[in-house]
Amino acid sequence: MQNVLLKVNNLKKYFPKRTTSFKKISHVKAVDDVSFEVFEGETLGIVGESGCGKSTTGRTIMRLLEPTSGSIEFNGEDLSRLSKKGMRQKRRDIQMVFQDPYASLNPRHTVQKILEEPLIVHGIGNSQERKEKVAEYLEIVGLDSYHGKRYPHQFSGGQRQRVGIARALMTNPKLIIADEPVSALDVSIQAQVLNLMQRLQEDLKLTYIFIAHDLGVVRHISDRVAVMYLGSVVELAESESLYAEPLHPYTQALLSAVPIPDPTFEREKMIIAGDIASSVTDTGCKFQARCPYATITCKMKIPDLVEVKPGHSVACHLYSTD
Amino acid sequence: MPELVSNSVNLNVKEEKVVGPWKVAWRSFKKSKAALVGTAIVVFFILLAIFGPLIAPEGINEQKLSDPSLRLAPPSSDYWLGTDDFGRDIFSRVVYGARISLAVGFLSVILSVVAGSFLGVIAGFYGRFIDTIISRIFDIMLAFPSILLAIAIVSILGPSLQNALIAIAIINIPNFGRLIRSKVLSVKEEEYIVAAKAIGMRDSRILWRHILPNSFSPVIVQGTLAIATAIIEAAALSFLGLGAEAPQPEWGKMLADARVHLMTAPWTMFFPGLAIMLTVLGFNLMGDGLRDALDPKMKN
Repeated sequence: MQNVLLKVNNLKKYFPKRTTSFKKISHVKAVDDVSFEVFEGETLGIVGESGCGKSTTGRTIMRLLEPTSGSIEFNGEDLSRLSKKGMRQKRRDIQMVFQDPYASLNPRHTVQKILEEPLIVHGIGNSQERKEKVAEYLEIVGLDSYHGKRYPHQFSGGQRQRVGIARALMTNPKLIIADEPVSALDVSIQAQVLNLMQRLQEDLKLTYIFIAHDLGVVRHISDRVAVMYLGSVVELAESESLYAEPLHPYTQALLSAVPIPDPTFEREKMIIAGDIASSVTDTGCKFQARCPYATITCKMKIPDLVEVKPGHSVACHLYSTD
Repeated sequence: MPELVSNSVNLNVKEEKVVGPWKVAWRSFKKSKAALVGTAIVVFFILLAIFGPLIAPEGINEQKLSDPSLRLAPPSSDYWLGTDDFGRDIFSRVVYGARISLAVGFLSVILSVVAGSFLGVIAGFYGRFIDTIISRIFDIMLAFPSILLAIAIVSILGPSLQNALIAIAIINIPNFGRLIRSKVLSVKEEEYIVAAKAIGMRDSRILWRHILPNSFSPVIVQGTLAIATAIIEAAALSFLGLGAEAPQPEWGKMLADARVHLMTAPWTMFFPGLAIMLTVLGFNLMGDGLRDALDPKMKN
């Protein structure tokens, strides 16, 4: 068994929502009781439609958003209990790659400055060593060392994302949370960046949490995949097993929507009714209002994430034994 | 597969010139004729102020009371812009006046930019009650007509050029404070600020190295325009007897002294007035040019 690098237990992140009445404070449950483990050296994909809380999960793990409750154990240490300063120092080991390479780089800083900053912040090396490391990492991500003198706007989207990845690598982190790192890029560039990330994972022994809404992309890069719906993980399985045999009705619907590059192929699509907003309920399974197989149990009881096959967990009453 | 990656970005290996954000702005600034004219006027007055003693034929207070023909004398080859009621050379006084007006303009704006930026950044970044307190103070200050507030401040501090400068600096603080605050509010939501946090940066570094520099360009524009306003305000305070005192050759003060001779010796009023107008025009044109150059935000 591999080592567990990150263990997320019952993580919740609620955002207060103002209602018309003064007294009642309701919450948007962006992340609602999420638990999962990430093993050292693997890639855990998190997929789901927009608004399902996958990015919030990533940001809460980094404590860019403070968790409402739950624990985040990184290497056996609970990040949610660390002081602000302690967390700041911990960020050396957990870095993030952002979705929009246009927005995530300071437009007034040269790439040299952008890449040097994590080293300065964590007090790594002297000025000469830092310069060398920046040049080295620019080459590692497939750019050239002279690119350091340029400003972000002088790069293409793909190149900028490489800079973003290089920035995340500067402090030699163990875990990288990639929040939709390729969804802002052209399809042709996506593959390059994904390949780069895979190569870096092998070379630098990185662990990834890869957040995306593109099932194809996630399948390509992930060892295991967690499917999220309305703030909860509904299915968690090995990538192959999930794609070959999706168990949760939501996953099935999601996968049936993936286009197949064959115009003559007619697939039976499973189209789910309604939309997210109309199906928020307080009791029972979150998916029940849209689920074609919903039973009375689904309305009464929230299903737990249960391992129904080795390495394949699903939160659905259809598979519960009792 | 990895081979694909390394080849893909080396298409333009040629070493190219690096174009920073300021260079981009300068290129766009250069295109505006009005802005260049404004800059030329401003540079002209700055040179006048610096080299005043070399340019001015006389001192600021060389009175020629004994010779009545030299009092209120019209412009001539000896006295280019004429003389005032004490027989002082108006040209010399206008040249020296540039020193006072520009100094007051620049210093008061620097003071208000520094104070305003500090308060605005704090208000915008920390928000909540700190923001409420600072913003309400700004609102109260802005509720007064600025010149009235300046008069009130000067009457508390006592009339002098230095106190006029301080008063002008104070009344302009809320303008800069609000400007910076609103910009900080939008910049702090940018993803590169979240990224800075994710790197493990402390708040103070994020604030001064990332948020402030990215919030500053409107302040440069507003600052240039504010110098023009500050010069007018200083002249107005001096005109009202609340700023420069005799024999300081402050343009507003010169205007006030020349009022009585408006019908008989209009040049005593015309040239200081022209100097004020030109400087203000210069700063305004330059400020407009800067706005056009800096505002359409580095298209990225």
